[in-house]
Amino acid sequence: MTQPSPTVKVRFDQVTYSYGAAPALQNITLDVYANTITVFFGPAGSGKTTALRLINRLNDLAEGARLSGRLLLDGQDIYARNADVSALRRRVGMVFALPLPLPGTIRENVTYGPRLAGLRDHARLAELTERSLIQAALWNEVKDRLDDPATALSGGQQQRLCIARSLALEPEVLLLDEPTSGLDPISTARVEESLFQLKSHYTIIIVPHSIQQAARVADWAAFFLKGEMIECQEGTALFTTPHDQRTEDYITGRFG
Amino acid sequence: MRRPLVNRHTQQRIGFALLALAALIVVIPIILVVLVIIARGIGAINWEFLTQAPREGMKAGGIFPAIVGTLLLMAGTALAAIPVGIGGAIYLSEYARDSWLTRAIRLAIINLAGIPSVVYGLFGLGMFVLFLRLGTSIIAGSLTLAIMTIPIIISSTEEALRAVPTEFRTVNASLGGTRWQGIRNIVLPQSLPGIITGVILGLLRAAGETAPILFTVAAFFLPRLPSSLFDQTMALPYHLYVISTQVPGMPEKVQYGTALVLLALVLSLNIVATIVRSYFRRRRQW
Repeated sequence: MTQPSPTVKVRFDQVTYSYGAAPALQNITLDVYANTITVFFGPAGSGKTTALRLINRLNDLAEGARLSGRLLLDGQDIYARNADVSALRRRVGMVFALPLPLPGTIRENVTYGPRLAGLRDHARLAELTERSLIQAALWNEVKDRLDDPATALSGGQQQRLCIARSLALEPEVLLLDEPTSGLDPISTARVEESLFQLKSHYTIIIVPHSIQQAARVADWAAFFLKGEMIECQEGTALFTTPHDQRTEDYITGRFG
Repeated sequence: MRRPLVNRHTQQRIGFALLALAALIVVIPIILVVLVIIARGIGAINWEFLTQAPREGMKAGGIFPAIVGTLLLMAGTALAAIPVGIGGAIYLSEYARDSWLTRAIRLAIINLAGIPSVVYGLFGLGMFVLFLRLGTSIIAGSLTLAIMTIPIIISSTEEALRAVPTEFRTVNASLGGTRWQGIRNIVLPQSLPGIITGVILGLLRAAGETAPILFTVAAFFLPRLPSSLFDQTMALPYHLYVISTQVPGMPEKVQYGTALVLLALVLSLNIVATIVRSYFRRRRQW
């Protein structure tokens, strides 16, 4: 074995999560490796988005939620009693299904997170803006109009702006929840392209908007069904030779 | 099958005409009120009327102390009602979880809005004038008007806050922002026009009320200006009531002139509220 064993970035350790009566996630155990793209996929209501949102504690916003098991980031319990949620969210960025630029200019959008964290240095903010926009493959289209309103951008550009906005915090993990669901195929290709570029610096977890997209981007793939994680394998293996019959049924289009 | 007497299109035209009539009936009284008051009151308006104290049993001179009194009461009401109203609305809409307490608070707000204004006046008398020993004073009157205004400000502010999409708050949180950072940076700026409109409309209602100030601040006749917050003052609505019902032989011109000043004050603020709202609505990005 010459290959070094991969670093575990995020670990689900027997995670069960529920809001209301029925558990939304049932006993999930799963490792996400650093500098890979991992996809969480499955039919609607399978728990994939819930699992994603647990990682940056966005589900804290839901009322009456209960969690058991442990969720670790670099071996640290994300839900530890004294954990700093804001600090966690700066380490774990998130991009949502619908691009939602904040009111204000392109520049203000990109620098929003760092400014919240207290960064005031203009040179540093300018540098972060440029680097994040380059990483999100948007720089060339907006570099001459950074002070235009963000809403003037097209849908695809807005979504890359949202990616840049997350990247400006220099997170370690980037969560993407169906980031291309509202985009045309060309914009989708651009976003996917930028994901491949980002992989060397970040750990990426994505809920894809189609099985095809899952197969295109996945280094690792985890199949979710009715709140359970059915199997998790390297992407090429899972999409060609799934272990579980249910996974095979789903990816061959027998249901879902 | 019998043919109807009139065909469907004619029926529809008649229907629309009736609906238009209903809409017109709403507008006509407002226009008439304004026109009549302007027509009968404009003759009274001159520099003396606006800047002098009343003389000769209020039949001559001006209404300056009443104008100043109303402006002072509005300022006092604003000072007391705006922080409490907006603060309460932010708490209810952004922080409070749904519990019996918040449900009780909301129920109280709805019911407060339905209480007759004379009841507020009596409450102000008991609470501020007597119990807190503020006496009949600008401060007691302002506080009474504020109690009446706060529910209006809370409801309209809450509505304005809720109109800001939740997703903005989620994005703020996902970028490491605290709840308060999201409120200060995104939610409040976005809802400001709605909040301002609600505040102005609430203060307008306070400006025009007679009953709440009747026992708490208003002076029947006080030609000098108040010198402190603990003084009584004249105020436009009460002055109008006094000269319309309590003083025999009052020239009609003076009554309508006073009404016109009050109306102008209220309408001009109303127009400001409308302009604020439409200006921001055009700039809104979502």
